[in-house]
Amino acid sequence: MRKISGEAFRRALIEEFRRQPIGRHSPGLRLLLNNLRSGQKEDPYILVCTKPHREWRLARKSVERGSPVRLVPDLIFSSPEQAEWEVFKLLWKESTGECLT
Amino acid sequence: MPDMTDGMPRKRLIGYADRMSVRPGERLRFMVSCDDLSAYHAQIVRLVSGDLHPQGLGFIEHPVETGITGTYAGRFQPLWAGSYAIVDGPAGPDQLGSFTVQAMIWPTSPGRRRQVILGRWSQATCRGFALALDENGTLSLELGDGASVSRVNTGVALLEREWAFVAASFDANSGRVRLHQEACASIGRAPAPILREETVPLRAVVAAGVPLLVAACAEVAEDHRATASDHFNGKIDSPRIVGQVLERHEMEALKAPVSGLPPSVLAAWDFSCEMTTDRIIDLSPWGRHGRLINLPARAMKGFNWTGEVLDWKLAPTQYGAIHFHDDDLYDAEWATDFELAVPDSLRSGVYAAKLTAEQEVEHIPFVVQPPRGQRTAEAVVLLPTASYMAYANERAGLGGGGRLHAFANHLIALGSGDLWLNDHPEVGGSLYDRHSDGSGVCYSSRLRPILNFRPGVTNAWIGAAGTAPWQFNADLALIAWLEAREIRYDVTTDEDLHDDGLELLKPYRAILTGSHPEYYSKEMYDALTAHLACGGRLMYLGGNGFYWRVAFHRELPGVIELRRAEDGIRDWVAEGGEYYHSFTGEYGGMWSRMGRRIHALAGIGMAAQGFDVSSYYRRRQESYDQRVSFIFAGVAEEIIGNFGTVGGGAAGLELDRYDLAEGSPPHALVLASSENHSDTYFPPPDEIHNATAMMDGRQNPNIRADMVFFETPSGGAVFSTGSISWIGSLTHDHCRNNVSRITENVLQRFIDPTPFGHPG
Repeated sequence: MRKISGEAFRRALIEEFRRQPIGRHSPGLRLLLNNLRSGQKEDPYILVCTKPHREWRLARKSVERGSPVRLVPDLIFSSPEQAEWEVFKLLWKESTGECLT
Repeated sequence: MPDMTDGMPRKRLIGYADRMSVRPGERLRFMVSCDDLSAYHAQIVRLVSGDLHPQGLGFIEHPVETGITGTYAGRFQPLWAGSYAIVDGPAGPDQLGSFTVQAMIWPTSPGRRRQVILGRWSQATCRGFALALDENGTLSLELGDGASVSRVNTGVALLEREWAFVAASFDANSGRVRLHQEACASIGRAPAPILREETVPLRAVVAAGVPLLVAACAEVAEDHRATASDHFNGKIDSPRIVGQVLERHEMEALKAPVSGLPPSVLAAWDFSCEMTTDRIIDLSPWGRHGRLINLPARAMKGFNWTGEVLDWKLAPTQYGAIHFHDDDLYDAEWATDFELAVPDSLRSGVYAAKLTAEQEVEHIPFVVQPPRGQRTAEAVVLLPTASYMAYANERAGLGGGGRLHAFANHLIALGSGDLWLNDHPEVGGSLYDRHSDGSGVCYSSRLRPILNFRPGVTNAWIGAAGTAPWQFNADLALIAWLEAREIRYDVTTDEDLHDDGLELLKPYRAILTGSHPEYYSKEMYDALTAHLACGGRLMYLGGNGFYWRVAFHRELPGVIELRRAEDGIRDWVAEGGEYYHSFTGEYGGMWSRMGRRIHALAGIGMAAQGFDVSSYYRRRQESYDQRVSFIFAGVAEEIIGNFGTVGGGAAGLELDRYDLAEGSPPHALVLASSENHSDTYFPPPDEIHNATAMMDGRQNPNIRADMVFFETPSGGAVFSTGSISWIGSLTHDHCRNNVSRITENVLQRFIDPTPFGHPG
């Protein structure tokens, strides 16, 4: 088995997610996603659907009952995939400090 | 399009009807609330499709002219949530002398705000008395004479979710108040008993006409409606009022259920009496019986529960506690805006009152059955309204956060209905939610606005970016397909099945279920199985059906109860000893635990769930058997349903599979099985007897939907698809697809009176 470096492995997982943000994922990507998503401490990212099946805005909301929904300015998506990739980049930056493009 | 002034879609127009189902000639009332809208227009529409998916049919509705068409004045109608008991008969002397009040309590959120345990207290005039927990969670007695208020408290907060004896006595001669607060907590947690004495300068004066309330205090709303505030969260057991100062040992003697009480005992309620009703019974000579408002939970373990008896019917006195919640809501009791006289000409189908104002649109759906005793089609769609009630106003997306993002494998997306629910906890939750104190919601009513019982609505956390329909809107796709294929059908509902039993189904050859008929009462289950025993044909077009047992209240309309007992997928877990329904006394939980094997009814049973993407079926050799040649007529493909508007495939969300050991008929043919499910699909807990690292959909062969067919000995038959997303594939490519073809092939044969032969 060819040995790959941790860094190359991470790049491969990011690329796997970028290519297919929704649906079936490899075990490595699943672990990465679970950690990034469930590791959000305060006001996790959510979406607000502004046009059914056509438009979503990024928002944040704590898990507390009745807590307010706060829109993140200027982040509007036209597909679920676009939203997932954007949030992935935000969570990656919060976790590692690195800006993905 | 709802209001978007702050960038978020806000609903300003909501309502509900007093029933989900009517027949021609009957009447249906609609209740509406407007938020800053002076008027709205109402019109009845026939609903056909609410599939707004880019590949879906779009929103299809047809106006129906009735007498209610017109413009109505808009008004705001509040929701008064919170349960309590009210005694509005002879509530006790207005001039209070010396007295004692006592109760056993199990507080679930002490310290967050004032919570009244028992009292005759007028917020408006500050008159009367109230035994309460104050803002710090300590026991207090409040006395008011209209000019001033005295409060005495113990200064020590009660323990959360631990029983405690609480009492207060007041000596009218000396003004002496004595408070008792005694925890019954287990060794190590129980603080020492607290006795607090203080003399107060005033004598309480009760305002005439103010009722005595348990678990809240009387309030008068802005519209002069009598309501309540300062609700108590938690259990109350054995509340007593005595017209004299009692010594501690005398209080102790009154704890247990008692009879032959002297007239000095002004009230001694035994909440274990008339358990299945909304009435409370007073054992004192005064007969100060009362009624419960907003359905607090009954058949709850009392302070004296021994753990030896698990069925409240066998030891009711150990179940003398009622669990009150500040967000219970049974009947919103809104004033009627308009009333529909259902025209005789209205054919059976799914309808709605469509309300419009400015940019607002609201639909309040209802079913029209055919006239009683008649059928207007060979097939009937049995809309699973018990399941609609179970999921009514489900709120998981509001509090799911990052863990739900990981669980669902996609972002949660809140729509206008979800945002409204977030702002309005007082509308009550679903049987998946928890109350504000963390306890599970075990009753759900349809006499309130139900924001997810709407055409066009998708679930916030199911399907990518919350794009999957769930329950009603998912089932509307079956109506759209029947209309598109010009197949005659009648429509009926679970509640009708519960009320009318076998007689309801008898006229029909074929019954079509919705996508997720998960919740069944005994009456519904009996009627369905009896129909099959009489030669009926069942098309089970969904997944995770017939799973949980529910009970309808026997006196109050429109409300069901669920005890999430023993096993199964449980968003909350019923406490041990609380597995029996209060409405009926029936054991609660999963039907499969009660000798009713779902596999024996439907051929398949719950196998897995996952909420990201759907998959497809692959035909199996048995699909070429001559017994089922009619099903696959015109279907050449090996792959079935690799398309659709619910996750992109006909096999998805929740899946059922064939299992001989669980009761699937040996002669049933497994026609096709789904495959290639994602790693977010897992078996339910009742399938997991020991965890392994090979449970998910990528590596577990038991995670699949099995399409099955079998004949019954009475000439009937069952066809089951075992997938919630099946119906979402029916109209793909204008119904030119193999899911549509298979479904129609089955339906046409099932309405053919020729009996099926049992293979023996």
